[in-house]
Parts: sequence; C-alpha cells; structure tokens
Amino acid sequence: MATTVVLSSGTDWTVTVAAPRLVLHAIKRHYGPVIALDGAELSVRVGEVHALLGENGAGKSTLTKIAFGLERPDSGTMLIDGAQVTFRSPRDAMLRGIGMVQQHFALVGAMTVTENVMLGAHGNLNARATQDQIRRISDESGLPIDPKALVNELSVGAQQRLEIIKALARETRMLILDEPTAVLAPQEIDDLLSWTRRFANAGGTVVLIAHKLREVLSVADRVTVLRRGTTVLTADAASVTEAVLAEAMLGAAAVAMPETESTRIRAIYRAPVISLLNASASDEQGVLRLASTNLTAYASEILGVAAVEGSGQRELLRIMSGRLRPTQGTVQLPAQVGFVPEDRHRDAVILDATITENVALRGAGERRGIMSWSALQQTTTELMRARDVRGDDASAAMRTLSGGNQQKLVIGRELAMSPAALVVESPTRGLDIRATAEVHEALRRARDAGTAVVVYSTDLDEVLMLADRVIVVTAGQVREVPNERDVVGRAMLEAAT
Amino acid sequence: MSAVADFLDASIRTATPLLLAALGETVSERSGVINVGLEGTIIIGCIAGVATATTLGPTGGLLAAGLAGVAIAVIFAVMAIGFAADQIITGTAITMLGLGLAGTMYRVLYGDAGAALTIPTLTPIGIPWLQDIPIIGRALFRQPLPTYLATLLIPAVWWWLYRTQSGLALRATGENPAAARASGIAPRRMQTIGVLFGGLCGGLAGGTLALAQVGTFAEGMSAGRGFVAIAIVALGRWHPIGTAIAALIFGMASALQFLFQALNLDVPYQIFLALPYVLTLVGLAIATSRYRAPAALSVRSRSAAE
Amino acid sequence: MMRRLARTLLELTLAVWISVVVLAALLTLSGYNASDALLALWRGAFGSWAVIASGTLVRATPLLFAGLAVAIAFRAGILNVGAEGQLIVGAAAATAVAVALPPSFGLFGVALALLAGVVFGGAWAAIAAVLRVRFGVLEVISTIMLNFIAMHATGFLVRGPLQEPSRIFPQSALIDQALRLPRLMPGTRLHAGVALAVITALALAWFLRATASGFRLRMTGANPDAARTAGLINVSRVTLSAFVVSGALAGLGGAVEVTGVTYALYENLSPGYGYTAIAVALLARLNPASAIGAAVVFGALQAGASAMQRDAQVPAVMVTVVEACVILVLLASEWVGDRAMVGRFLNRGGTPNALNASPDSPVRPT
Repeated sequence: MATTVVLSSGTDWTVTVAAPRLVLHAIKRHYGPVIALDGAELSVRVGEVHALLGENGAGKSTLTKIAFGLERPDSGTMLIDGAQVTFRSPRDAMLRGIGMVQQHFALVGAMTVTENVMLGAHGNLNARATQDQIRRISDESGLPIDPKALVNELSVGAQQRLEIIKALARETRMLILDEPTAVLAPQEIDDLLSWTRRFANAGGTVVLIAHKLREVLSVADRVTVLRRGTTVLTADAASVTEAVLAEAMLGAAAVAMPETESTRIRAIYRAPVISLLNASASDEQGVLRLASTNLTAYASEILGVAAVEGSGQRELLRIMSGRLRPTQGTVQLPAQVGFVPEDRHRDAVILDATITENVALRGAGERRGIMSWSALQQTTTELMRARDVRGDDASAAMRTLSGGNQQKLVIGRELAMSPAALVVESPTRGLDIRATAEVHEALRRARDAGTAVVVYSTDLDEVLMLADRVIVVTAGQVREVPNERDVVGRAMLEAAT
Repeated sequence: MSAVADFLDASIRTATPLLLAALGETVSERSGVINVGLEGTIIIGCIAGVATATTLGPTGGLLAAGLAGVAIAVIFAVMAIGFAADQIITGTAITMLGLGLAGTMYRVLYGDAGAALTIPTLTPIGIPWLQDIPIIGRALFRQPLPTYLATLLIPAVWWWLYRTQSGLALRATGENPAAARASGIAPRRMQTIGVLFGGLCGGLAGGTLALAQVGTFAEGMSAGRGFVAIAIVALGRWHPIGTAIAALIFGMASALQFLFQALNLDVPYQIFLALPYVLTLVGLAIATSRYRAPAALSVRSRSAAE
Repeated sequence: MMRRLARTLLELTLAVWISVVVLAALLTLSGYNASDALLALWRGAFGSWAVIASGTLVRATPLLFAGLAVAIAFRAGILNVGAEGQLIVGAAAATAVAVALPPSFGLFGVALALLAGVVFGGAWAAIAAVLRVRFGVLEVISTIMLNFIAMHATGFLVRGPLQEPSRIFPQSALIDQALRLPRLMPGTRLHAGVALAVITALALAWFLRATASGFRLRMTGANPDAARTAGLINVSRVTLSAFVVSGALAGLGGAVEVTGVTYALYENLSPGYGYTAIAVALLARLNPASAIGAAVVFGALQAGASAMQRDAQVPAVMVTVVEACVILVLLASEWVGDRAMVGRFLNRGGTPNALNASPDSPVRPT
C-alpha cells in the first residue's frame, strides 16, 4: 500500500504520486562552534539507490545519523512515507523500517553472529529460530554468513554482510550505508554494489554514502551532493558526469589539485633501508599474524602496502617502524624511523598536552636530565611554520588543532630528524581534500629527499596513486605485484577466499 | 568429624555475603560499570539492617538493607553514568561516603557506649530430613534465609544474563555501548539497571553480614568484603556460576581459622585475618592474566552521554 | 601561572564551603547544635597560633605526603588507593629502625629511620606495581588488599616482635628523644617533618615540569599508547617506577608521623590518612604544589573534627562523609563546568586498556 501525497489539485482533478520514503528538510545541526549541517535537504524515493556525496566534513555522516536517530537535528523536519516523524533513538528509526550500516560497525565482537542479530529484537530469546532466520536471509540475499561464528573472527567483509543481515532481519525497508566500500577489496565492492541494486529492484531503498565517483555512477539512480552542510545538487545519476559531481563537491572556487607527478629522482643504486629476514609476528593469543616475511624497503622510494583489513599489514608496518619486535626472524632498521599511525588520537598525539609537549614526545624515551622548554617551544614554533600548521601558539593544547593540522604536525614531527625511513598508515583518513593533497606532497618530498617511505592505506586508490612499488599482504603473506588496480585487487583477495 | 561440619558450615556462612555482593557486581560489570563503591554499599546495608531490625524484625531489616544499598547505588549511578565521571574515583568516594555515614549513624543512634548492641537476628531455617545428613547437612540445609536467597540467585542471574533479551542487551552494553545503541538499546538504561541491581545485592550482603553472621554492628565491619567481592567477580570470569565457585573458595579460606583453632595450632591469628586478602591477590594474579573482562568495562560513557 | 593560582584558591574556597554546608546539614540531621559544633571545629583548627601549628599543620603533614603519593600516581595513570597501607608499612619500618638504633646516632639515626620508611613504603607499592605490570591486576583492588594486609601485619608486630618491653600494651617501645624529628616552634608540636613535606611537594612540582623523567611520567599517564608508539617510552618501566615512588612518598609520610608525632607504632596509627589523601590530591587537581593548600584544608578539618568530638561530642567520623562529598562535587563540577579539570588526567581508568576504545566522539562531525 503506497502512501500518496497530493501534488496539485483543482475542483475536479487531483494529481497524486507515491510519497518519498524519506524526506529531510532544512536540517541544521552544530557541534559547539562547528556548523555541520546548515539547512541540508535530502529526498529519497522508494525503490532507488540514492548516492550521497560530499567531501569529508560536508555533513554526510551527520545527516544520515539524524535519519537513523543517532543524532538529533537542531531544527528541520523529517518525513517518512509522507508522515512527519521525530526520532529520539535508533529504536524509533528501526520501528519505521530504517536501518544503517555505520562506517565503524556496530557489532559486539565477543558475541556470535546469532547473538548480534538477536540484539535489540523483541520478545523472548530464541537462538534456534534466529539461526534459521539468518540462514534464510543469507540464502535469499546471497550474502553468505555462518550464524555460529564469533564476530571477532570474521573478516571485515563478512562483518559488513552481518550488518546488512542484521538490518534485513528487522524488516528494514530503507538501508543507509556509510562509506561501505572504503574497507573492501575491489571484488567485494562489486558484490556489495550488485546486492544494493537487487535490494532496490525488489522494492527496498538504499542510501549510499561514498566518495568514489566511479562507483557511485555505476550503481545509483539518483545523486545528492552536500557541500559545507548544505545540499548543492540533486540529480538523476544518468544526467550527470564525474566532472559535474566533482565540481559540485568542491565548489567552483575549488583549489586545483596540486601537480601529482613531481620530478622523480631515479637513483641508479638503491640503498636498502629496512630489511626483514624471515620475520614472523604472533598476537597475544599466539595467532600467527605475519608469516616468515622477507622484504626490503629502499631509499628514495614509496613502498605501497595493499591489504584487506586484518591481513597482517598492521603487524608488518609496526615491525618496519620498530614498534613491534618480530616473534621470529630478524629486522634491520636504521637508527631513526618515523611512524605515523592510523589512529592518531590513540597512538600519535596526546590531546590534553600542549603542542610543544607533543613535539617533544618524539624521542622522549631516550631523553635525559632537564627539559629545555624554551628551546623546545622555539623548535615547535618553527616546525609549525615550516609545515603550515595553523593554530594558536605552540603552548596551546593539541586538542585545539583541527584534524588536518594535527596530522601535518605529526608528519612534520616524524620527519624533523630527517629519518632514513618513514612508515605511514592511512595518512589522510578524515582529512579534507586540501589537507590530503598537502600530506601527499609531504610524503613525496620526503621520498625525493632520499627517505624510504612505506605507505599503507585502507583506501586502495591512495596506495596505488602514491606507490613506486606495491606489495600485497594476504593472510600474513607478503608479495610484490605490479602497480595495476585489477592485479592488486585480485591479489588482495586471493589467499582470503 | 564435627570440626569438618563446623568448617563447612562456617564456609557457607562466610561465603553468603560475598556471594550476594559478587553476583550483583557481576551484573553491574557485565553492563560495563565497575562499582568500587561496593564496600560502602555493604556497610550501609549493615547499618540499615541493624537500625531497622528492632522495629521491622530481622527479615524486614534485611529488606531495608537491600533498599539502602539501592539508595547509595543511585548516587553512584548519577555520578558515573549520568555525569560520566571516572568510575573508580566515584566508587572510592562512595566507599568513603558509606563508611562515614554508617559510622556517624551508628554513633548518633547508639552513642559510643561500646556495649554490644543486641538485635534480633536471622536464625537458621532447617530443611527437614536433609539437615540431618551427616557432615554436609548443616552446612547446606540449615542456614539463614539469605543463604537460600543467594543460592537461588545464581541460576536466576544466569538465566537473566544468558536467556533473556534484557540480559543480552546488558551484556552487549558492557562489550560495546555504541553497537548496543545502534541496535536500539539504551546503554545508559542498561547500565543503570546493572548498577542498581548491584546496589540491591550489596545492601543485602551488608544486611546478611550484620543480621545473620555477626549479629551486631561494628565500625568498619565490612572489612574489605566489597573489594574481595570485586576480585571474586574477576576470578569467576564475570559469570554467575564461576562467581559462585570463587565465593565458596573464599568462604572456605576465611573459615580455615575455625578449623585451625579446633586443631589447636600455634599460629598468630593475624595470619588468618590477612589470609583472605593475600588469597585475593594471588587469585587475581592468576585470573586477570587469563580471562577477559567485558571490553567496555569502566570506559567512561562520554560519547553515549552526548 | 597566576591564573592557575587563582583557580586553586577558588577551588580551595569552594571545598571549604562544601565542607561547611555538608557538615552543618549532617549535624542538624543528627540532632546536634550545628553552630556550637562548627565553632568548636573552628577553634580546634584555627583558634590560635598554637592550635594551627600543633593541630592543623601537624595533621596536614601526613595528608600532604600521602596526597603527593596519590597525585604522582594518578598523574602517571595509576590509581593507587593504597597510600594508607604504604604509610603504615613506612611507619612500621621507621619504628623498627628507630627503636633498634642507639640514641647516639642522633639526627643521622632519624635520617636512617626516614630512609627505612621510604624503602619499605616503596617496596609495599612495588608488589601492586608488579601485579599490574606483569599480570594486569587492577591496582585499585590490589592496593586495598595490601592496605588490609599491612593493617593486620602491624597488629602482629605490635603484639609480637615490636611490642614494648613490658608486653602489656599493643604498641611499640617509645622512640628515644634523640631519634625524634626536631621541633620547629618551642611549645608546639610543629616538627621538622612539616618543612620536609613542603620541600618535597615543591621538589615534585619541579620534577614533573622540568625533568625528562617527569615529562615521561605525565605523557604516560595522559595517553600510554601514544607515549609508547610516538615517544618510544618504556611505559611499563615508567609505570613501575612511578608506582614505587608513590609508595615511597606515603612511606616517608608514615616515617615522619612516628618520628615526629606519635613516637611509637600502634595499630590505629593512621585515621585513614591514605584515603583522605585521595581527596587532597583531587582537590589539588593532582598538582604537587597545590597539594600543600589542599592538605592544610583537610588537616584543619581533621584537627577541628577532633576538637569537635572532644568539645561537642560529635563523632569525628562525620568528616569522612564531608571528604567523600568534596570528591563527588569535584567530579560533578568537572561535568558541569570546564571539562579541562580533574578528569582530564584521570582519563585512563584502572584497567590497563580502559579507555583505549575511544569510539569516534560525536563532538566532531565526519
């Protein structure tokens, strides 16, 4: 039964159409001084795949979190099937048939697939019935999963399938997917996108947040673009090109992307900087994460690391940066290795300490005697200037810097002593386009100055764009592959399946 | 053989308050909240039980003790869940509050005469036939009300945590509050339920201690039982049945002094007084390195509080 | 600097007001004459110079030592609530040394006794430190257990090896006149330990701010993962040594107490100094220099409470309630007001990986 709205009417005629499944109108939301949404609009029709595009910080996540009841708008209205609604929590959204797969999966790792599906359901617990239900949904949707598996032991792709199955088990009619492809290998991306198509064709509705335009245009019916919290474009996917979308995302005054192909110094003899010889690593539970690896990173190159989440690349990077000792084998490291970890707030900076203290943190383990704070303050001020870190003075708290400026400071700090090697992990996660370009430029400049740069990113395209040489890590095995998207993509999945 | 029967009887008797408190704490910790204020909750239960037993009778006193435990847990919940304050520091303050309030109330109500206070106590209830079984009969089937209550609570808590929707929601909250919230669960509600249940059990433990075990009130009579109970939860791997086994082992360790006294060994009695605490340390060293706590235990709920 | 001083003063004043209000409420509820009792408390704390010196400042001294112990531990991310036990062990060790030494040792003997307190206080904390670093045992539980063990061990000592010669009273022999801390003001009980406490506090403040070790300690406490990954700091070693130093400070406090005030070891030597120390440290925002002021506030409260019990028959244990309320209000004020207060340093909970899971806070839109 389709809800209808009156489009226009005269004395003896009316025109009605099916009401959109979801309408978000004039949505505003701010976080402290930061305005995330400033009158955003979104209208999603029944049975379509609707892509939501925008730069980092444009407000895509906030808008969809509002639609799912995770956040509440400051003002604006929301309509579901033509009726105005207010969501106080995700529960309200679920009761209206809305589901969401967040970027960071909302799964309980220590529980089984079945328990995760039962979570938040109504009535009595019935594990047997839920297992049957999972198998049925799994068969119908073509999303394979083992109901009895422990979530912690599932691959990232399987966890994402579980999130979708969870939503389907609640009879979700509209599913919001927040950057679902970011963590997947190319083949998995294809599977996911074709599932969204099937779901929409069967009468479901999908809101797909993405930033890769090619993917979007391959599957979406319609597209909405957000820029700085407002909707700048809504159109049929067939009627727009990548160029139109890019301009809508960045604005007419968008900075031109900096020249990516810089003069590359081709050294005739490449000095090995980091060498792994039969290096293995096991985690605390004794599970082998990295198996007997031989690998060398040379001076003046960017070594790109491609891997599906959980393949052992984290251990590899930590061994290469001297942060983890291999359980077997040997590693030869230079005296100085810079390291830029992925989780900046956990592993790289101390938000409550001052900027100077954060810079002084490098080498703190070896420091002796009295801290010369005035000299450190001076060094920090110079570093901030050299790396174009915008903020108050060096004695301000790290917390006061924006994410992009924090990252620039971290990279500057790690490169300050001109280390022979620099290891970086998802260096541009959460940064906007300008900051991303600056970070990439800094990495290339370090390479050109002779540093061995090792880059891993969850975004495969970033790895491929930066890398001079590409290695793929699958199930703890490392091998070198040519820098071609298809080849790398296939290699990433080979051992996993 | 009566020494063995005495020993078993004393083991069960001393284990009862520990078991009650630890079962409550298990639920609380499974929801992600560690309540170090349990010590203060127990002593508040003690004074509430003693103060009301004269007018309400021992069973009424026990009930009052449980309610007093809930009352003090409300303060903890407001601070640690509502204000998202550090759980450990809040708990420490709650323990000080409980010890201070109980001491003050005792002095105000009874003066510092020091004379032993006589109150009606919970007497053992014998189960016909079974209580006459040699050696174990008295220990298992001739105990005061709270022991039977605690025993029934073991399967009840197990059923709640593992066989009901709210138990699943509570455990999910302790593992990953954000995931719980995205599944339509209100994490702070689950944590409040966990903390209040922990308070109820802690209060009952205090009431049991005062009304069934010691038979009077003394300042500082909780003597670290709240902290021992928290250790028992870890030893019992955050599982009600494991908790029960750990509590029983502790009861036996504490009851050893009765056995040794009967054997007339010449050992300083302070060794027996210190034994449960030493045992807790050893047990924790073994348990903590092996078993995994709920992943979000004691994580402040800042993000959920938004 | 001036702003921090102003804030410290503001918070001390706030704490005093909370204390007065809570006490007045408790007194009235319990049926006492609140104004009489509070007057007795005031006289007992600040009534005269002699009372300030002999009462408030002498009471503040063990609180300051233990408060510094708690502050330094919390700054390093260690929730050491075992200052009580470490203080008792330090007192016992100092007594054992002072009683055994001949009086001719004089001030050197006092120094040896204090050193014993430092060593044994540190060693007592080292047990909990090793349990945490090697086995991951929550230090809140282990240090509390060690408090009880220390208490019972003292009970054994004063009835056994350390009992006074007549073997009647459960306490140690009196420490010889020559082996006691010298008095600073004739006619009062103000002893040299008071000055030692203040110097220690200032030295610690300098240590945290100016030295590389102090920097490592603060960074480890603020974010051990970043300290390890970005700073290549040996987090276990920093934690271990900070824990031991914390215990040593509390042990020194116990040693000062027996050589400066009680002159003998007995079972209830400490009326919970180690627990009040938590309130002292939190009120000082874990700042060693501010701890001097915070210790005086609580020293005055305790000295006044003793007078209140003597003159108005009000149970002194009421003060514990006041201390708890001060901590709770400080915690609540952190939530209500500026988030940059206490909790900032305490962000790391007791469990080794308590706050690792920092799910993207909703404060920043993505």
